[in-house]
Amino acid sequence: MSKTVLYEDEIPGGTHWSMLMRKGTTLRLVDNQGGANVGMLFYNPLNYLERYNAPDTLKCQHTFKLTRGHCLYSDMGRIFCSIVEDTLGWHDTVGGNTTKKIVKIKWGERNYQEYRNDWYLNGYDSFLVELAKYGMNERDMAANLNLFSKVSADDDGNLLFDQTNSKNGAAITLRFEMDTQVILHTCPHPMNPAKDYPKVPIVYQISEAESLAENDYCRNLCDENQRGFKNTELYNIGCGC
Amino acid sequence: MLSGNKRMIKESKLKSDNALVRANVLAGDYYIKVVKQGQIFRILDLEGNQAADTLFYNADNPSERYSAIDTIREQGNLYLTAGSKLFSNEGNEMLEIVADTCGRHDTIGGACATESNTVRYALEKKCMHACRDSWMLAVAENEEYGLTKRDITHNINFFMNVPVTNEGGLTFEDGISAPGKYVELKAAMDTIVLISNCPQLNNPCNGYNPTPIEILIWEK
Repeated sequence: MSKTVLYEDEIPGGTHWSMLMRKGTTLRLVDNQGGANVGMLFYNPLNYLERYNAPDTLKCQHTFKLTRGHCLYSDMGRIFCSIVEDTLGWHDTVGGNTTKKIVKIKWGERNYQEYRNDWYLNGYDSFLVELAKYGMNERDMAANLNLFSKVSADDDGNLLFDQTNSKNGAAITLRFEMDTQVILHTCPHPMNPAKDYPKVPIVYQISEAESLAENDYCRNLCDENQRGFKNTELYNIGCGC
Repeated sequence: MLSGNKRMIKESKLKSDNALVRANVLAGDYYIKVVKQGQIFRILDLEGNQAADTLFYNADNPSERYSAIDTIREQGNLYLTAGSKLFSNEGNEMLEIVADTCGRHDTIGGACATESNTVRYALEKKCMHACRDSWMLAVAENEEYGLTKRDITHNINFFMNVPVTNEGGLTFEDGISAPGKYVELKAAMDTIVLISNCPQLNNPCNGYNPTPIEILIWEK
């Protein structure tokens, strides 16, 4: 699935980071502690107007949950990355972010002055900080992924957060199909009912991806993904719009 | 808690004759207008089974806009109906659905775009008209609003039926709307309303037959 790990590091819980992932690399995220949440957004580094699109990702694959085989689409009909490994079975993309207000109501306030790096950050501001590094702001923020988190809906549409979704050792691997600016935070899911602000670190590993096989599981999951791969291939050879 | 399956039907007492604005919007066209705080506007599905893809912005600061994810999380339910409060990305109430004779509206499925049409239907369909093209023309022709592609976000599909299963499946089903069904919203702030009357010909969101809608606005 992926070759030798080229780089490995840990991102503490309740913080944020961003990185440029090149086509043909994989990003493996591991929750060694259990109970993690990784908020994530994708942008095309050559044109930030092309970005992760949750509605297209869901409707193109007729799914509400995200797991192995699913591709994460841009608003331009292309695939930023495919989920090539997943030990969880469900990742959320409708729960959104914590804000300063949500964190204050749920877990109280912790400012930097008093608590230094044990302060309480929120997902919304975390995205703002990382987006600003690339000249973007709240206008560029889209509905985000919440990897490691599960939000299901009953027949009447009522939402349910599953606190037991991510167990220690849980891992997901994203294979990048085009160059992608990755924006991420490790702030808690806004629906997490935990009593104390959950600070769960994430280990990330970057590797070179195996070359794409004809029988690739993600590409062949559905006809839509075959067409999504075709669009991405056209883009990568310089014929995409 | 709202109930998606039971579909709350709430009729309006407002009379069409008293409306300040009445505008027909053909399928494949857009509608953009500022609705003032306290005003009520109605989207009327004239011939039934039509999808009205809708975005909202704070007229004084368009970087504050309708947020699907904040709205569904705050109400704890995926579907929109009478009583649903529509929240912005900054956590403020923008509008409330005050009447609804359809009973359920989608805000998960997003809008059609020429590019996503290639993925969903066929690469050869890339030049068929789509909601996002209507929005692109809307922002280009109405520069005074200060909107660009950056601002085209995750919308509401009024009259559209996108059920989600407990196991995590999602389907686009035949519409549950019918001729004369409507949804009515009251603005909690001055709001730019941007609607694409969906031109989609490839799926049942508008019964494979896109038809006109009517917009009505009443003074507070």
